[in-house]
Amino acid sequence: MMRTVSVAETAPSTYPWAVHTEKLQVRAGRHLAVNELDLRLGTGVHGLLGPNGAGKTTLMRALATVLKPAGGRLTLLGGEVTGNADLRQVRRGLGYLPQHFGFYPRFTVREFVEYIAWLKEMPKAAIPGAVQRAVERVGLTDRADSRMKTLSGGMLRRAGIAQAIVNDPAVLLLDEPTVGLDPEQRLDFRELLREIGLDSCILVSTHLVEDVAVACSDVVLISEGRLVWQGTTGQLTEQGGAGDAGDSATERGYSSLLRAYRGRVSA
Amino acid sequence: MTTHPTPALISRYASGGAVVDDTTIWAVEAHLETCAACRAVLADAVDPGTQNLLDRVADGIASGIAAGPAPVRRHRLRRTGVAARVLPWLVTATGLMLAAALFEWTFDSLPSLVLLVAPVAPLLPVAAVWSRRVDPAWELTATMPRTGLPLLMRRTLGVLSAVMPVLAVAGWVTGHSPGLWLLPVLGFTAGTLALGTVVGVDRAALALALTWCAGVVAPSLADGRLPAILTGNSLPGWALTTVALTAVVLMQARRRPHLLNTTSSQGRMERS
Ligand SMILES: [Zn+2]
Repeated sequence: MMRTVSVAETAPSTYPWAVHTEKLQVRAGRHLAVNELDLRLGTGVHGLLGPNGAGKTTLMRALATVLKPAGGRLTLLGGEVTGNADLRQVRRGLGYLPQHFGFYPRFTVREFVEYIAWLKEMPKAAIPGAVQRAVERVGLTDRADSRMKTLSGGMLRRAGIAQAIVNDPAVLLLDEPTVGLDPEQRLDFRELLREIGLDSCILVSTHLVEDVAVACSDVVLISEGRLVWQGTTGQLTEQGGAGDAGDSATERGYSSLLRAYRGRVSA
Repeated sequence: MTTHPTPALISRYASGGAVVDDTTIWAVEAHLETCAACRAVLADAVDPGTQNLLDRVADGIASGIAAGPAPVRRHRLRRTGVAARVLPWLVTATGLMLAAALFEWTFDSLPSLVLLVAPVAPLLPVAAVWSRRVDPAWELTATMPRTGLPLLMRRTLGVLSAVMPVLAVAGWVTGHSPGLWLLPVLGFTAGTLALGTVVGVDRAALALALTWCAGVVAPSLADGRLPAILTGNSLPGWALTTVALTAVVLMQARRRPHLLNTTSSQGRMERS
């Protein structure tokens, strides 16, 4: 489908990194779930990996501007998010799928995505077309006018992805997006990620190392709220040896890096 | 272009012969896009095979449009979106007011329950439209650029426009002057928003409602007399208070826009 490209889209960005954190600290309750994290993300599909409790969801929430950082610096799309900054400009360029995707059961998919597009301050005239396109991209065209309470888990997840991409976000944050998708939908989803990742910065949090292996160009590995390792998916597969746990080269690389990190921390 | 190409030129253009140079083709094409009369000439100039093809395509498109799905109807969902979530609270407020009216109508020896309850009646729904507790999608809506005072004002006005008719009926049934309930309602709503810029709208609504109940409603019921602040003499005071509090809200929203983000209350969330 053809789309008019606005001046703002073709203008060169004035920031080196779409996502930039320096010694970022974020609390989950009293506990510092993200602790002095330094991270730089540019265009591409980045997989966020880490054991349970590593701080993945807290980090995603901070990047989505749900949680205020407790310390350090967070810069999104060149705009400072720390402190009392006005977040409107930055938020217009964000797309976010929370881990627990709450929705309005009586809304149809189209109504929900439209409502989110309106909250994202998209121009009124652009909303119907953008909504249709987002719904088509996630493969929900034939359920667009079904109420959300009638959808299966996988369909809800796709509706969640549709609302996240409706504004063509420059930073797309997806927390466990593949939960509930069947194998074929997973394939479609990876294809969609690759397509969007050509000109946006995507961060996909997942506990499935295999998702990262096939869908992501880069990997961010965190543990206990700190950055353990960052590199390309190819480099991750080279980290593991025959003695490491895992069924694939990616999983072996993942467990090798974590083991090495734990060794460093306890030493 | 004001001059039309000759029918001969159009027919040469239609036949696609090499006799016409590119510049002329572009000029004819540009003209055809804007001139229906020449497009009609063009339609007659093409050969029967092409004519037939064009007819079939036109038929196909027309029948496709007729058989396909109808255009999507536009909904007024901005309002219904929030209204659906807040409906239970609106119903509660309505029920409360009607019960107060019924009570007052039945036992006319007590001080006016309608006037006592009216000021805090809209506070519950006002708190609800801005509370993340009643928004299942709060984690998503908390990341939206459209927030702050304009959205809060819009939702508050929505609540008032739903609650006002109920208050009007209750006030009319019990025979009170409209100013006696209207001004306190506006004063309390403005107070909730003003205090809300500091402690959050839902907490402000709760605090004001409790203070009013403990400080005014309970003593009046105990005394059996309506307090002075709910009589005609205090109406100018209510009006001034409302204006002052509204000014406070506008100033706060201008100076510190982040205060009205539903986000700014730090999340108390488990899980990593
Ligand atoms: Zn003409």
